[in-house]
Amino acid sequence: MGERVGIEVSLAAAEAVKMANVDVVAAYPITPQTHIVEHLSELVADGELDAEFIPVESEHSAMSVCCGSSAVGARTFTCTSSQGLALMNEIVFIAPAMRLPIVMILANRSLSGPLSIWNDHTDVMSVRDCGWIQFFTENGQEAFDHVMFSFRVAENPAVSLPIMMNMDGFVLTHVIEPIEFWDQETVKQYLPDFEPVNRLHPDNPVTMGAFGLPGIFTEAKMAQDQALINSKAVILEAWKDMGDLVGRYYKPVETYHVEGAETVFLSMGSVGETVSLAVDQLRARGKPVGQVKLRLWRPFPFEEFREAVRGVKQMIVIDRAITYGGVGGPVASEIRSFLYLEENMPIITNFLCGLAGRDVTVEDYMAMFEKTEQMVKGKVRQEDYIIYGVRE
Amino acid sequence: MAKSELELSWKDLEVGCVVSEPGNASQYRTGDWRSVRPVWDTEKCIKCGVCYIFCPDMAIKKTEDGYFEADLYYCKGCGICAQECITGCITMVEEEE
Ligand code: SF4
Ligand code: SF4
Repeated sequence: MGERVGIEVSLAAAEAVKMANVDVVAAYPITPQTHIVEHLSELVADGELDAEFIPVESEHSAMSVCCGSSAVGARTFTCTSSQGLALMNEIVFIAPAMRLPIVMILANRSLSGPLSIWNDHTDVMSVRDCGWIQFFTENGQEAFDHVMFSFRVAENPAVSLPIMMNMDGFVLTHVIEPIEFWDQETVKQYLPDFEPVNRLHPDNPVTMGAFGLPGIFTEAKMAQDQALINSKAVILEAWKDMGDLVGRYYKPVETYHVEGAETVFLSMGSVGETVSLAVDQLRARGKPVGQVKLRLWRPFPFEEFREAVRGVKQMIVIDRAITYGGVGGPVASEIRSFLYLEENMPIITNFLCGLAGRDVTVEDYMAMFEKTEQMVKGKVRQEDYIIYGVRE
Repeated sequence: MAKSELELSWKDLEVGCVVSEPGNASQYRTGDWRSVRPVWDTEKCIKCGVCYIFCPDMAIKKTEDGYFEADLYYCKGCGICAQECITGCITMVEEEE
């Protein structure tokens, strides 16, 4: 196993991209993703990484370059945040339709306006339906490990889809954590060379990105949907193999103290660790509370999620994005509709919090639990969603 | 193309809808789109070839005697040839059912 180093998570992620021996990096710097791209450009400039670093003029170009380089069979990486993701939006939807296994780190940041550089999930939720594999990391070690994981899953010929690794801006990108690096031999064992399913090459001409008439478009979308659904088997295998190699086993849905829990919190990303502390405190007071962390967001892990929340009576869903004028945050509205057909559907309360980096403390999560208890007991009216902590 | 587009199931599609057969656009019957068709009056035609040059789909062929005519497999009936013809010898006529 490799050594354990204290390092900023962004730099560790960039080092992992280097160890994955990427061929092309095309990215435009944007806070809070900047340190990842800067470090990669340094690694290329210093000759430590033999790759093309393409300093594009915009994120739209970044994603376009990524599509081109992936199409010719180059291992391709990019990363962005918020407005950068918004600017590349057009091409973000095209990459999975063309089945191009690009790896992107999204350093989550709120979408403007008001102009904000701070962390929440409004950026990733704006592309919920873009067709990429999407998952969340909770700490620096997970971020490092999941760079290798991302290349392995995306480039697997049975998958051949782009993958978006979410990593909370600042909370993860800008903190220094102890991270156990992999050694190069382990990387080699885990990550095979990239052999694209289709490759743009003059010796074997093909057309990529052709138009699809109404007579074929529905079939094309069905094939794409199935590819994303089927990627789960490869995802599970990649996590299993990683566990066997480095000793850390990841799951699509992680649970914490769910045994006997009547109420569970549902969290995604780095807030999970704070929620766990709240669970500890509530358990200490004798409250049957647990936590479910959704790591894999697309494809949605239906079976694992159903299993994780079996027998639960109340669920407190934490959303870090707003669906204006809708029925709740994007996570809660999805969970509600998924569980609608289940027997004994739990009562779901939904708190929108931590927008644009606003701190959400252990006490805040305990307050959400209190509020949920009151709603469940009928003391206060149940609401579709509550924007938590807003000043009246 | 082995099957026509409307016979393909989603399972038949290549990964990423890649078109693995180069140049198969020639099989695409753009003539299906046509509602009017160009008709040549060879009496007035001076064989200048302007219609041939302007046709956006290269759907105009030269005949053996040096006049021009549309290949109706591809001609979309856009009317550009009739618009550009120097002597006004192309008329667009309605396609009958
Ligand atoms: S009508 Fe249009 S497509 Fe048809 S021959 Fe004339 S220019 Fe070409
Ligand atoms: S443009 Fe008119 S005159 Fe010239 S070749 Fe075509 S039909 Fe004849």
